[in-house]
Amino acid sequence: MLPVGQGRSYGDCCLNPGGLVVATDHLDRYIEFDVAKGTLSCEAGTRLGNIIDITLPHGWFLPVVPGTQFVSLGGAIANDVHGKNHHRAGTFGSQIIELELLRSNGQRLLCSERENPEWFRATVAGLGLTGLITWAKIKLRPVQSAYVETEDIAFATVEEFIALSQESDHDFEYTVAWFDSFSYRAGTLRGILSRARHVEKSDGSLVARRPRSWISVPFDMPQRLLGPNVIRLFNQCYAYGKNRRVSRRIRMEALLFPLDMIRNWNRIYGRSGFMQLQCVIPDTAGTNGVSDLLQVIARGRQGSFLAVLKRFGAKASPGVLSFPMPGTTVALDFQNLGSPTDRLLQECHKVVVGYGGRIYPAKDASMTSATFQAGFPAWRSLIPYIDPRFSSGLWRRVSSPAP
Amino acid sequence: MPKNILVFGANSAIAHAVSRRFANQGARFVLVARDAAKLEANAADLVVRGAAMVATRIADLNALAGHLLLVSEGITELGHVDIVLIAHGILPDQQRCEEDMLELRNAIDTNLLSVVSLAMITARELERQGQGTLVVLGSVAGDRGRRSNYVYGAAKAGVDVFLQGLRARLDSRGVHVLTVKPGFVATPMTAQFTKGPLWATPDRVAGAICRAIEQSRRVIYVPWFWRPIMFVVRALPDFVITRLGM
Repeated sequence: MLPVGQGRSYGDCCLNPGGLVVATDHLDRYIEFDVAKGTLSCEAGTRLGNIIDITLPHGWFLPVVPGTQFVSLGGAIANDVHGKNHHRAGTFGSQIIELELLRSNGQRLLCSERENPEWFRATVAGLGLTGLITWAKIKLRPVQSAYVETEDIAFATVEEFIALSQESDHDFEYTVAWFDSFSYRAGTLRGILSRARHVEKSDGSLVARRPRSWISVPFDMPQRLLGPNVIRLFNQCYAYGKNRRVSRRIRMEALLFPLDMIRNWNRIYGRSGFMQLQCVIPDTAGTNGVSDLLQVIARGRQGSFLAVLKRFGAKASPGVLSFPMPGTTVALDFQNLGSPTDRLLQECHKVVVGYGGRIYPAKDASMTSATFQAGFPAWRSLIPYIDPRFSSGLWRRVSSPAP
Repeated sequence: MPKNILVFGANSAIAHAVSRRFANQGARFVLVARDAAKLEANAADLVVRGAAMVATRIADLNALAGHLLLVSEGITELGHVDIVLIAHGILPDQQRCEEDMLELRNAIDTNLLSVVSLAMITARELERQGQGTLVVLGSVAGDRGRRSNYVYGAAKAGVDVFLQGLRARLDSRGVHVLTVKPGFVATPMTAQFTKGPLWATPDRVAGAICRAIEQSRRVIYVPWFWRPIMFVVRALPDFVITRLGM
């Protein structure tokens, strides 16, 4: 069996073909909210968005959020997700004070850095394999306002991106860059770095109603909709729009959860969906690693409008199999065209592994066991902690003997 | 204004979803349920959501002799009660009810007898206050006897008719009686069923119940489309239903 949260991972880490899944959507009760100290305990099926609903009016916010608020707390721990503030706050798992793990033999383990620390480190980024996380206690961070101040700055080379990013790290909590995956030519590309920080003045916005999505993609779009020309056009318009408004003040949801504003956005990719590549290339590889990867992607001519660059910081996660490492992460959606897409992904994986990088299991449906095992040399240390009755599609794929 | 609410079967998914909506507005609760551990967890959830007070009572509601005390203690604790929600129930195995008379009796006891007993007692208290809403969970299954679940259906039909009469009696006394007829709802009670497009979440049902309380509706079907469906199903002659094997 395999515990499943909201099913928002992009690959098969939340699938268990031929086996059972344990649905956790009813495991969504709060346990305790300490308004003075800023800690919240709740059951692991609770969505991060629901946590924010409760804590924000009291001036508390999650210290790390992924790109969507529609994921469960348990899933965020099991994948040790990161956010646009990784360079400051580290991963989601670093914010967990303690959690309870239920094993298939009925044993309940309270896990934290102090208690059962080896179980804690295996469960954070443990891909749901070490048991069912029933509840967790998380640290919150204080905020004065629901707004952030953002600035958008254009860059034209990978080096410029890295320099801009490093310069922003000190004064801005959130940094993330968008780039045009078709624009890469011999070290130059079109990209825009967005950097943002919380508004530090209380303005009454914390108690305001949180914005809700009102646009929905009603059904699967025809697959030809997103050809390279459409995406090129989109990219040009997007870059133009961004460059016009350099500095502004927006609701933090618009910065942190942009895709949540469009319900069922995945349907724009058509029936066969999309594959995402998210990898990290360590700083030790210099900028060549990123440039080589972008070269391969540009040559593949299968880019998309969601193309992201972000610098990870050095803060280590407790999770043994945590994905982030100091370096640059690249994330791209590719419409799933079958074998051409798969070939391109395998080619990208080869570049990443060649530079000592790794692929993000939460976003992956295609890496080989060799790619996984090269990216996570410590992967075998998870095995003793895997519940004998737990498994997942991803795990069976990546733990098979590497050829 | 935050409400004072007395809930029977507070661990039921629909009851908890309704309670959550009122907890956000700072309501005060007395919760009655059978499973103590689950009730504690649900109570803590309501406190975090903003409930001003949550008191809990563990009770097996099939023990009718305890009802009088449960209701009077609950109302004393709340001082004044705005809403009474009766939501406990079980989904019996039809097959077993046909073979085992104890199973049959338990199904009727839980889903009908204990419900009307609590409704009768709380109605008296609400009548004395001259104000308040009594909300009882029925079911679309009570609208027509069907081969697959007529024991459950019969109990819910009994509740339905009972509430019709109670509503008529209390109409002029300032007390509002609301019958809720949910269709398929994805709750622990229906965990073993394969879900389709007709299924609703407990939260959606709770939203409809809260609106109906505010608007003083008498009978609601949730989701709304069950009203026309059940209108047709009720209108079909008996031999058609039998022939269709429904």
